[in-house]
Amino acid sequence: MDEIVLQANHISKSFHDPVTVPVLKDVNLAITKGEFVAITGKSGCGKSTLLYILSTMDTDYEGELMIGGEVMRGKSEKQLARVRNEKIGFVFQFHYLLNEFTVVENVMLPGLKLTAHTESEVKVHAMDRLKTLGIESLADKKANQLSGGEKQRVAIARALINNPSVILCDEPTGNLDKKNSLIVFDIFKKLAEENKQALLIVTHDQEFANNTHRIIEMEDGKIIKQ
Amino acid sequence: MNVLLIVKIAKALLLARWKQTLVAAVGVTFSITMFITLLSFMTGLNDLLDGLILNRTAHVRLYNDIKPSLHQPIDISTEFKQSHNFIRSIKSGSSRQEIYNSGAIIQALKKDSRVTGIAPKITAQVFFNDGSIDITGVINGIDAQAESNLFHFTDYVVEGNPLDLKNVSNSIILGKGLAAKLLVEIGDVVQVTTAKQQQFSLKVVGFFQSGLAELDKVQSYASIATTQKILGKPNDYITDIQLKVVDMLQAPAIGKEFAQLFQTDAEDIQTANSQFETGSFVRSLISYAVGVTLLVVAGFGIYNILNMMIYEKMDSIAILKATGFSGVDVNRIFLVIALSIGFFGGFVGLGFGFLLSFAIDQIPFNTASLPTVKTYPINYNPIFYVIGSTFSLITTYLAGWAPSRKASKIDPVIIIRGK
Ligand SMILES: Nc1ncnc2c1ncn2[C@@H]1O[C@H](COP(=O)(O)OP(=O)(O)OP(=O)(O)O)[C@@H](O)[C@H]1O
Ligand SMILES: [Mg+2]
Repeated sequence: MDEIVLQANHISKSFHDPVTVPVLKDVNLAITKGEFVAITGKSGCGKSTLLYILSTMDTDYEGELMIGGEVMRGKSEKQLARVRNEKIGFVFQFHYLLNEFTVVENVMLPGLKLTAHTESEVKVHAMDRLKTLGIESLADKKANQLSGGEKQRVAIARALINNPSVILCDEPTGNLDKKNSLIVFDIFKKLAEENKQALLIVTHDQEFANNTHRIIEMEDGKIIKQ
Repeated sequence: MNVLLIVKIAKALLLARWKQTLVAAVGVTFSITMFITLLSFMTGLNDLLDGLILNRTAHVRLYNDIKPSLHQPIDISTEFKQSHNFIRSIKSGSSRQEIYNSGAIIQALKKDSRVTGIAPKITAQVFFNDGSIDITGVINGIDAQAESNLFHFTDYVVEGNPLDLKNVSNSIILGKGLAAKLLVEIGDVVQVTTAKQQQFSLKVVGFFQSGLAELDKVQSYASIATTQKILGKPNDYITDIQLKVVDMLQAPAIGKEFAQLFQTDAEDIQTANSQFETGSFVRSLISYAVGVTLLVVAGFGIYNILNMMIYEKMDSIAILKATGFSGVDVNRIFLVIALSIGFFGGFVGLGFGFLLSFAIDQIPFNTASLPTVKTYPINYNPIFYVIGSTFSLITTYLAGWAPSRKASKIDPVIIIRGK
């Protein structure tokens, strides 16, 4: 049995705006090391909401979240930031690069924040990630000079910089064409199988989902099939 | 390491909006420039006006006042010890203006370590005779050397040499106004008549200008020996002993002590010129108030630019938080931005403030009443620069506080969901 890196027990969440709407109802899931998991489901069923909770950014939920065997509840904002920095990589549908910085600097930022390595070491790591994603030639360009697909790959490189044990993606290929989606998919698969990192990816792309190790299907705030 | 990273991010955000940043910094620069200039100039003026009086006033003056004796004979009578005595029409006794035993007192004062300078003086009321007109005047018998050391006498002698009072016998230095009335030049002889109808001829060796025109119309200076001769007094006759002490604030206490010790009256500078302090204080207060007001306005500029920056950089803040920067880190990033605007704006402001006050210092300022002053007075006290830079950092910190706090509280989920 592989070790569990991410575990959610009985997670529920409701919005109170202005009437109480339950969005997640008793969600249970566990992801082990090196697993490549897809979450699918209809629009509005609560996939993004679940992902924000799993990423520790949203702390307003019921239930228990464990990352790397540690309980997240009760941690301070600062401690949670540290967990995100160290253990979680997040890729959004939108890339969110800082236009003031070059591509390689964008990738380096979370690495510098971690302070586990010197700046030159972090730079080597960043160039490494860019090479993996096939965009090392863009390293010194400003972030806003890139195409959408290139930006998305930079965002993935940034998520990988600290070798997180879990990578969470919310429709990472939503803005990409078929060819770029395939590139990203191959990268993810390699990360899971070679680096033994766990991946949890929200997607509407059924073909993409079918090629993963496991599909979690959600409906109306509940997991209906694992 | 983390500090460097925060500064690096702050710098990138700042440079991305360098035009607005510059405008905000220019606001700080302007206010610090005005603050420094205003304070240097106001303090320069204060020093000048204070100096006008303080330089020429003794810290403690020992003299004998003409006044009725405190102890009337009836007080000694044992018969009326228990009664209240009412005495009408008391006259001042034959108490003399002379300070008894002045030689010994001066010797004693010279040994006192709290006393930094001693200048004896005699004042004599005389009439200056100009044809048929008599002009009332005062002759101050002084020791020219001591008077120069203590009260910058030399500075106010605009023509002639003050030491001639000593070197030329029966010589006098006239106030500029008095000389104008008497129509005399250096080398001329003036006639004076004393209160006791004694006539004297004195040779004019110089003119002085004190800065107070009224004073210059009546005052004149002669040596102590000459004045004693005019008054027909022996050569130990002294009416005033003027003292400078180490600590001016101690003057009242020292004055009281000496009055007791030497059986004279004593007047101290605080009592004589208390209102000057008030004037200086009000002028400084106004300078500070204007400087701080300007800084507050500059502070609002910084507040605005930061708010705008945070509004524009919501996405960046959200992703920084999502990738592991805490609220404290984000707060620091924006505080660094605010403080660097304050720091650089303030620093340049200090430079401009110095240059502007230096420029004012070059502007000619000639006034008949202030012979020693050639340009506008400026005080280059470094403390103004310290206060100015401290103020600029404090205001920018306060201006940056609220926006930075707001930035640190941004919820990344709301921003990311919004896309
Ligand atoms: N701030 C909010 N207040 C109230 N309701 C909200 C809020 N945010 C989301 N919801 C609701 O929660 C539900 C789940 O939203 P979520 O974004 O998780 O859906 P999703 O599964 O990611 O959909 P999609 O595939 O379209 O991205 C939706 O019905 C949405 O209307
Ligand atoms: Mg979604």
